[in-house]
Amino acid sequence: MAVVDPSVTAGAAKQPSLPPFLLKIASLAYTLGLTFLGLTAVTFIIGRVMPVDPVIAIVGDRASKETYEAVFFALGLDKPILVQYWIYITSVLRGDFGTSIMTARPVLTDILIFFPATLELATVGIIIGVVFGVPMGVLAAVNQGRLIDHFVRIVGLFGYSVPVFWFGMVSLLVFYARLDWFPGPGRIEVYYDGIVTQVTGVILIDSALQKEWTVFWNAAGHLVLPGIILGTFALAYVARMTRSFMLDQLSQEYVLTARVKGMSELAVIWRHAFRNVLIQLITIIGLTFASLLEGSVLTETVFAWPGIGQYITNSLFNSDMNAVIGGTMVVGMCFIGINMISDALYKIVDPRVR
Amino acid sequence: MSAIPNPGIRAWLLSESPESAMQARCQRFYLAWTTFSANPVAMAGFLIILALILAALFAPLITGGDGIHQELSQRLLPPSTAHWFGTDELGRDIYDRIVWGSRVTLRIVALVGIIVVPIGLIIGTVAGFLGGWVDNLLMRITDIFLAFPRLILALALVSVLGPGLENAVLAIAITTWSPYARIARAETLTIRNSEFVQAARAQGASSARLLTYHIVPLCLSSVIIRLTLDMAGIILTAAGLGFLGLGAQPPLPEWGAMIASGRQFLLDQWWVPTVPGMAILIVSMGFNLLGDGLRDVLDPKSAAR
Repeated sequence: MAVVDPSVTAGAAKQPSLPPFLLKIASLAYTLGLTFLGLTAVTFIIGRVMPVDPVIAIVGDRASKETYEAVFFALGLDKPILVQYWIYITSVLRGDFGTSIMTARPVLTDILIFFPATLELATVGIIIGVVFGVPMGVLAAVNQGRLIDHFVRIVGLFGYSVPVFWFGMVSLLVFYARLDWFPGPGRIEVYYDGIVTQVTGVILIDSALQKEWTVFWNAAGHLVLPGIILGTFALAYVARMTRSFMLDQLSQEYVLTARVKGMSELAVIWRHAFRNVLIQLITIIGLTFASLLEGSVLTETVFAWPGIGQYITNSLFNSDMNAVIGGTMVVGMCFIGINMISDALYKIVDPRVR
Repeated sequence: MSAIPNPGIRAWLLSESPESAMQARCQRFYLAWTTFSANPVAMAGFLIILALILAALFAPLITGGDGIHQELSQRLLPPSTAHWFGTDELGRDIYDRIVWGSRVTLRIVALVGIIVVPIGLIIGTVAGFLGGWVDNLLMRITDIFLAFPRLILALALVSVLGPGLENAVLAIAITTWSPYARIARAETLTIRNSEFVQAARAQGASSARLLTYHIVPLCLSSVIIRLTLDMAGIILTAAGLGFLGLGAQPPLPEWGAMIASGRQFLLDQWWVPTVPGMAILIVSMGFNLLGDGLRDVLDPKSAAR
């Protein structure tokens, strides 16, 4: 296996093939497509196995036999399972996830209403995680084995060991109920509801665009606690990875060379070592962001945050399968997309891998 | 050597030339243990998990009840000497429920492990050993599962299977097996062409025998390290499902479900939802520390830097 046949490599070199950069993108698209297909297969199977009869869910159990059958055929349930799957894939590609029973709107419309809230929360979470996590990781690596290193390690350990829903609850108890430093659950105070018309769905952006600064600050206050809760998880992961990447770089010979040349320690750390960590870090930040989008489900429940996670869980308890599956698909697609792109980004950007 | 107490066993454990496979195995274990026990952080994790196991084993001895018995006259009492962690909304002693809940937690973790490790080992070793299109197919499937969002998928799965402890375990297992297949495959690829495997094959060992007796045992250690590191995540997911009402059902003293039912008493009887959360935090910290420690001992290549 290890011996490379020279004739093979020579032949490959002569072949007019795509530049490696494009090949990477092509293979990424292929993997992405395949994974999406897997996701549709799994959600389709989940929808099929569900003990709720989709027809009865629409017409109710007192409908006449004719109505039942009309809906049965309209849903295509008489067709072979593979045909049904094909119909499902094509409708998903068109963005058609069916109608939500709970809200009586198309699931896609619902998702467009709820998703920006999740996006807003996860973005605040990742910003907190990166702003605090990266410097903490660098500091820990530079002071390996000292007090600050142990401190970062303990914060990290807490961040990925704590059950977020509990952490959120306790922080509400302390900082909202007892100390009253921050506003309580929800995205915004009830009396500000409807003042800002929804443009992007992200309240901070909408209110700033419409110069409704009281609404802006109210919304910002509501973001602090859930943002910190999500941010703690992000911080734990980002700090840990930054530390490990930095230690890797600091043990390299070029760092020693820079030091021997008399470069200041700050320049060695930030201009040399940290710059080489950046690419890896972007990947990690992408992965963390994806997991925040998904992990916000529990945080949203605690903070009554009207995001996609709450939408999915509420639909789940009302046996609103279209909504559950649609929500799962959208979050899943974002998760897979961000994951793969940040993973591939590393391979594309890093000249050594290229 | 005379300065060391009990020289017989120690000498036996440190002997340069072990006389039996048994002795060699004990020696390896002993050396691993000395490295492990010298690491205070890992030991802390080990002790936490040990305490968890002991609590689960001796729950009937160290609690006053079964954790389910209700005493409605004793509702929502604050922590006291009679009720160390207070009582909940149905007058059940929270300390009792936490201790009995350790059984639920261990059961979840053990069941997930029992499902996930064999699946991962079989898929990974077969893919790595056979190679070719089998490898391609199995790894494609693994990659697809690897890319899925775990919590959301587990949610959707539980919604189909129906709420309950077993279904939560199943849903978690379906979403967590893939990394084990990857690890087992990577290990298999390095072992596959080694001399001892070739020797066994030259002696006429079948593929099945090579896999079960030679390759799988060598993959086990990395798989188990990974499992220990994943335990905290498994506990958090299970507790999250329990919190949403999709995991263990009442009156089972599952910690996540305890937080959910105690949530409405947060403002006035803070101990009802707070104590179970502390239990989850401590146990998942324990598993994280233990996992890190085990990795340092068993897999020095990737020792925590």
